[in-house]
Amino acid sequence: MINKLAMNSFSGDQSFKFILLSSAAFILMLVAGIVITLYYYSSLSLSTFGLEFITGSTWDPVSGEYGILPFLIGTLLTSIIALVISFPLSLIITIFIGEYFTTGMPNTLMRGAVELLAGIPSIIYGFWGLFVLVPIVREFQILFDIAPYGVGIFTSAIVLAIMIIPYSASIGYEVIGLVPKELKEAAYSLGATRYEVIKNVTLSYSGSGITAGVLLSFGRALGETMAVTMVIGNSNLLPGSIFGPGNTMASLIANEFTEAANELYLSALFETGLILFIVTAVINILGKIIIKKFVSGTK
Amino acid sequence: MGSKVLKIDGLNVYYDQSHILKDINLSFAENTVTAIMGPSGCGKTTLIRTINRMHEFTHGARTEGSIKLYGKDLHQIDPILVRRKVGMVFQKPNPFPTMSIYDNVIAGYKLNGFKLSKIEKNSIVEGSLVKAALWDEVKDNLYKKGAFLSGGQQQRLCIARALAMNPEILLFDEPTSALDPIATDRIEQLINELKAGLTIVLVTHNIAQAARVSDYTAFLYLGELIEFGTTKKMFTTPKNKKTEEYLNGKFG
Amino acid sequence: MKAGNISYRIVKDKIFKYFIIVAAISSALPLLFILYYIVSNGISAISWGFFFELPKPPGEIGGGISNALIGTIILIVTSSAIAIPPAVLLGIYLSESRNSMVSNLVRNAVEVMQGIPSIVVGILVYAWVVEPSGSFSTLSGAIALAIMMLPIISKSTEETLRMIPHYILEASLALGVPYYKTILRVILPSGLSGILTGIIISISRIAGETAPLLFTAFGNPFINWDITEPSNSLPLLIFNYAGSPYKEWHALAWGASIVLIAIVLLLNIISKIISKKWEVKF
Repeated sequence: MINKLAMNSFSGDQSFKFILLSSAAFILMLVAGIVITLYYYSSLSLSTFGLEFITGSTWDPVSGEYGILPFLIGTLLTSIIALVISFPLSLIITIFIGEYFTTGMPNTLMRGAVELLAGIPSIIYGFWGLFVLVPIVREFQILFDIAPYGVGIFTSAIVLAIMIIPYSASIGYEVIGLVPKELKEAAYSLGATRYEVIKNVTLSYSGSGITAGVLLSFGRALGETMAVTMVIGNSNLLPGSIFGPGNTMASLIANEFTEAANELYLSALFETGLILFIVTAVINILGKIIIKKFVSGTK
Repeated sequence: MGSKVLKIDGLNVYYDQSHILKDINLSFAENTVTAIMGPSGCGKTTLIRTINRMHEFTHGARTEGSIKLYGKDLHQIDPILVRRKVGMVFQKPNPFPTMSIYDNVIAGYKLNGFKLSKIEKNSIVEGSLVKAALWDEVKDNLYKKGAFLSGGQQQRLCIARALAMNPEILLFDEPTSALDPIATDRIEQLINELKAGLTIVLVTHNIAQAARVSDYTAFLYLGELIEFGTTKKMFTTPKNKKTEEYLNGKFG
Repeated sequence: MKAGNISYRIVKDKIFKYFIIVAAISSALPLLFILYYIVSNGISAISWGFFFELPKPPGEIGGGISNALIGTIILIVTSSAIAIPPAVLLGIYLSESRNSMVSNLVRNAVEVMQGIPSIVVGILVYAWVVEPSGSFSTLSGAIALAIMMLPIISKSTEETLRMIPHYILEASLALGVPYYKTILRVILPSGLSGILTGIIISISRIAGETAPLLFTAFGNPFINWDITEPSNSLPLLIFNYAGSPYKEWHALAWGASIVLIAIVLLLNIISKIISKKWEVKF
């Protein structure tokens, strides 16, 4: 930051510094306001249910019983399955763009496709999932003699995976782009093949960066609302199988917030939001810290 | 030689805990070129940045002692006014990339919000570019961005920009270290021509350059002023052993 | 590294390369089919009337999405007006301040903001604006979107300004230009293309946001110009009509999807053009 001595000249500098500082204060107040608001509105639910809010498996607005275990499980399941599906695919795209085709037509085309898909709003993925993916899944379920819901945890995990691929691939090729050239050249000069360089140098060197990418993608998946809401089936019971309907915390809020007629109901939904907020904030900061360490390690 | 324009008395500069300049006493005479030389890290750049108070932008900088411009302590004058009286040319040519050559020359006026008539502006631009020996090369391209100029031309544009403010002192911080020998020669000629109108302080690590262009030379070593005198005298009969070793290339 | 059989290693290398190429193309292609599917479904709904008419009741063929289109434009303009000034200032603050306790705290706050699930932004703005004012409104929707834009713009502003070499700043300061004028008249213009690019990208991100609008802008079957009244938007219309049982409304939703994707694409292309054409070389 600029030294005080240099600032005491014209009042313009003082007021400019003041304006900059107030923008910083504004963002701190905003985040504090977010935490306080979520906590304030959750307080009734927090004091009524305590820990049972997380361990309870019944969500019943009629009897006034609120436990979010089904949604916690639904959120984790959809996000983890989505990660498992999307990880190898985005890694392949990452290697394609970041190692084999760093320039030229294939690079432009693949990057263009990735950016195009990243730009499609989640509501449209949900819409497509509802009209295309759900019938396909239903066909398979009939084929394998599973209850043919079509909608459900697995279906939303696929939609989520499709949405995450462009995001994690773009983190991926930025990360492996930071691997020092000298390291790779050293391995080539020892007679390593390209496959060996990718495996033993590029990927092992960028391990922590890729881990961070996975974390950040996970954070994205946890908070994703609309696409999931449209294809998960919105069942408030504990999910019986990953092929059956379920619900996530985000889509619970989306579905029921305008219906919350009494204070406790509203408070329970705010507490769900609070938990979602804390979990995603922790994951995001963790991911960013790992990325930062990785980036400063490459310099 | 003329009267003393700038007098430095008992100057100490610290960055946080480190003592960069130690008890410097030095004065600069009107219409002369004073070279400040010494091995890297000796505090040359810090010394001239203290003169136009640019050092204050470095975090943790602290000074003791006085620097007087025509008898007035610089620390009593607003730093903004100091910088308008004491111009500076940097190591790397740094014209403003978003501005045309014309706008670069009058940038000091424009950015400070001075209102000038078109005629005044034109005369300042032409006058400064002529003084900086750049006019003939750019007069047909005044409204183009400076990016297409060569490094040496860019550096002369920066000199024109500083001259446009009519400074009393012009500080050069190793102005030719990024330039080729021909461009360096032009800048050195220019410094020689310019001293008729103002006082010049030149930081250089190039001993030959100091010998070529300066009237006086100050030799700094590890933050201390080892020797100061006319360039002729110092280069022929240095008083201090350290100076002699440096001039003979024993270290640096 | 094992010495191994050389020809075996070379074969393995070749196989891996072709695997990556085939796998990358075959995972990208189906994704592009999604786009094709949307376009082929929605293109029939699009006509002149589609842009200028209101949706028709179920059972009637035709109708348009003018209410959602105008709503989206008003939401974008209002949220930009709210978010851009503080976001750019915050970006300047972040780029100029390095590694103090406060600046690290602020930097983390921006990270947290960037990670907030959009649905949570929706309920927050409900609590802050909708509940106190007693009604859903365009303004509350715009505030929710502005909260999502803020961290994107300030981070891109910070990154842009950090790329500007220090010697540009010094050149201006050494001319006796005050610090604030240096920032406003030298540094900001040098970073203009990067800052604009960030702003446009943030708009393209929020143009498709639905979740923050569910409990704020809420939706409206009619055109609304009053920011204190509820408003429709393209993503809200898609959400509501996709979930309806009527074929005619599905067609409107597919058409609206094309329009929304086109808007996002167009914004991305504009941002690319700006960052290429206006790039300042140092």
